[in-house]
Amino acid sequence: MYRYLKSAFVALPSAALAMSLFGTAQAKVEGDTIVLGAALSFTGKYKTNGKHTKNGYELAVKRVNEMGGVKVGGKNYELKVVYYDDESTPARGAQLVERLIKQDGIQFMLGPYSSGLTKAMAPVTEKYKIPMVEGNGASRSLFNKGYKYLFAVLSTSEQYLAEAINLAAEQAKAAGKDPGTLKLALAVENDPFSQDIRAGVLDDAKKHGMKVVIDDKLPKELNDMTVTLTKVKALKPDVLVVSGHSKGAATAVRQMMEQKVEVPMFAITHCEAADVVGKFGPGADYTLCATQWAETMTYEDDYFGSASDYAKLFEKEYGYVPPYQAAESTASVLVWVDALQRASSFDTAKLRDALSATDMRTFYGNVKFDETGKNIAKPMVLRQIQGGQYKVVAPTKWASDKLVHPRPKWSER
Amino acid sequence: MGNLEILIQAPIFSVQLLIDGLLVGSIFALAAYGMALLWGVMNIINISQGDYVILGGYVTLTLYNAGIHPLFGVPVAAVVLFFVGWAIYRVVIFRVVDRDLFISILATFGISILLQQLMDQIFGADIQSAESGLGTLFLFDDRVTVGQIKLVALAVVIVVSVSLVLFFKRSRMGQAIRATAQNARAARLMGINTDRVYAMTFAMNAAICGAAGALVVMTWVIQPFIGLAYTIRSFMIVVVAGLGNIAGVVAAALGLGAAEQFAAFLLGAEFQIGFVFGLLVVILLVRNMNLKRQRRVLK
Repeated sequence: MYRYLKSAFVALPSAALAMSLFGTAQAKVEGDTIVLGAALSFTGKYKTNGKHTKNGYELAVKRVNEMGGVKVGGKNYELKVVYYDDESTPARGAQLVERLIKQDGIQFMLGPYSSGLTKAMAPVTEKYKIPMVEGNGASRSLFNKGYKYLFAVLSTSEQYLAEAINLAAEQAKAAGKDPGTLKLALAVENDPFSQDIRAGVLDDAKKHGMKVVIDDKLPKELNDMTVTLTKVKALKPDVLVVSGHSKGAATAVRQMMEQKVEVPMFAITHCEAADVVGKFGPGADYTLCATQWAETMTYEDDYFGSASDYAKLFEKEYGYVPPYQAAESTASVLVWVDALQRASSFDTAKLRDALSATDMRTFYGNVKFDETGKNIAKPMVLRQIQGGQYKVVAPTKWASDKLVHPRPKWSER
Repeated sequence: MGNLEILIQAPIFSVQLLIDGLLVGSIFALAAYGMALLWGVMNIINISQGDYVILGGYVTLTLYNAGIHPLFGVPVAAVVLFFVGWAIYRVVIFRVVDRDLFISILATFGISILLQQLMDQIFGADIQSAESGLGTLFLFDDRVTVGQIKLVALAVVIVVSVSLVLFFKRSRMGQAIRATAQNARAARLMGINTDRVYAMTFAMNAAICGAAGALVVMTWVIQPFIGLAYTIRSFMIVVVAGLGNIAGVVAAALGLGAAEQFAAFLLGAEFQIGFVFGLLVVILLVRNMNLKRQRRVLK
């Protein structure tokens, strides 16, 4: 009896150990399936964008599997993603990534929605040396911490509205004016993401020698911009840049219209998320909107064809036009597929090197990472709302339409 | 201080700031008055105050999406929220009325989280707004603009305040509420059903917040998670104005509204809310010094 017990005591832990090793090996590649992991916001304040992110991932998985899957070491594998709900809270997100890695044995991570959650998860994936490809964390602070396992397909936040400054300078030159004479007004929310945007705008404004006449940092709780706009009326800047997530976008467009504020160029972020066209109709016209991607652009790849093919497929599948949050999520999966095939291995160290050597074209734009892991091959896009339609007007290389500049006066509309 | 020069050279802009401040303050006055009522009568600090405001906004938004003019949202949201408030009293609040203030803060905090998540589930997390289609008044060469919806808000505040004053002076229920606020035990001995009084007070507060929410959704934007800003603002106004003083609450709300507009203009928007809190500290200090002086006289 004692002997049996003794052998049981020896056998049990070793079996457990074997199972855990085996289990881990099983989980990252289950038979013919490569398992990726993601913690996304299905509840809480980011749930809308959490859904876009998931739909983006799922569409990529579906399409890749339909086209024969991922070829690693001469064998074809299917893709699958394991999801958890991070409830839009960073602490929960960090826990769940740990769980994905330690309990579920996930070795290939996809990013969450938002910079805040990515910031919470990146230290964990870094600790376990698990590569994470993300498409929804744009904050500059993600890329100055020396992370080795974080790769982002999207343009980082300081690029969001910098293009508007260059566009204003271009317009000034075309009109025979010195860009240095332009006056710039900024109203940017006081959170890390929006302040990155502000830093990018200020850098470019400095380059052109523009004068900053208003530099308001909008508190998070604030949903009224009348004061800033009163200042705009008083100081008459040439460019007004506003960024404050959806709330800032909707508030700015609405109050510009209500107060009839005249400014030659007005550029904001989050137009689509705030649905400024649907809410304010013609009042939103001539607003410049920064976007990561637009379905009218001419990028292409083998999986989805052109950007507009992707948009059509997405709409057929989910019943709505894909916002850029979905497109960049799909692109993240494509980057994984490309890296897995090039590395032809499931070794995370080899995969990390393969990821960092990525140089590919996708329907979302070109992807090539610098040493900090951010994508340097894709510019931000500016679209102008014209007659209720979003038209790409900058950068000039990808523009489909001409910029209307300066904005027509309210009385002439 | 370059911004001060603008005001000196073009004083018309300070008219704009003043008008905006007063009108913005009038919307906050509603929510703050409800909070003062609850605090005074039931000794409850209601953390979920702002969430009733947002819920009132969503009621209005539902009407608006059904093709009804959002102005009807003001009475409809008030009525709907009245019943919501009544139900919340019957389920939760009656258990905490006579307890420690801390218990009621916890309970209402819980209600606040619950309401936020429910609104998130039902209406989604996106920001929303309703267009009243009322347009804007342009004065002085378009340099001063007044959103007409803000004027409507001011009118609603005046109507609600006057009817509340009348209600408390004239009606039986109003008198019962005042009696309960003064001394609940004595009121009970006089045959007042204080439980009913509390339910009525709580429901009335929710109704007032609902009306405020209807104005908020037409003036600004709403989202399930921004209620707390309204709670904090109401709390502050009540602290400045004191309890049970409707004129004081309205005056404090309008005053703070105007003060924050000027602060934001002169110092930058990042100081708009910070300035109001700074002002609160100053007011409390001054008041404390005055009280001390009175105490010394009494000695």
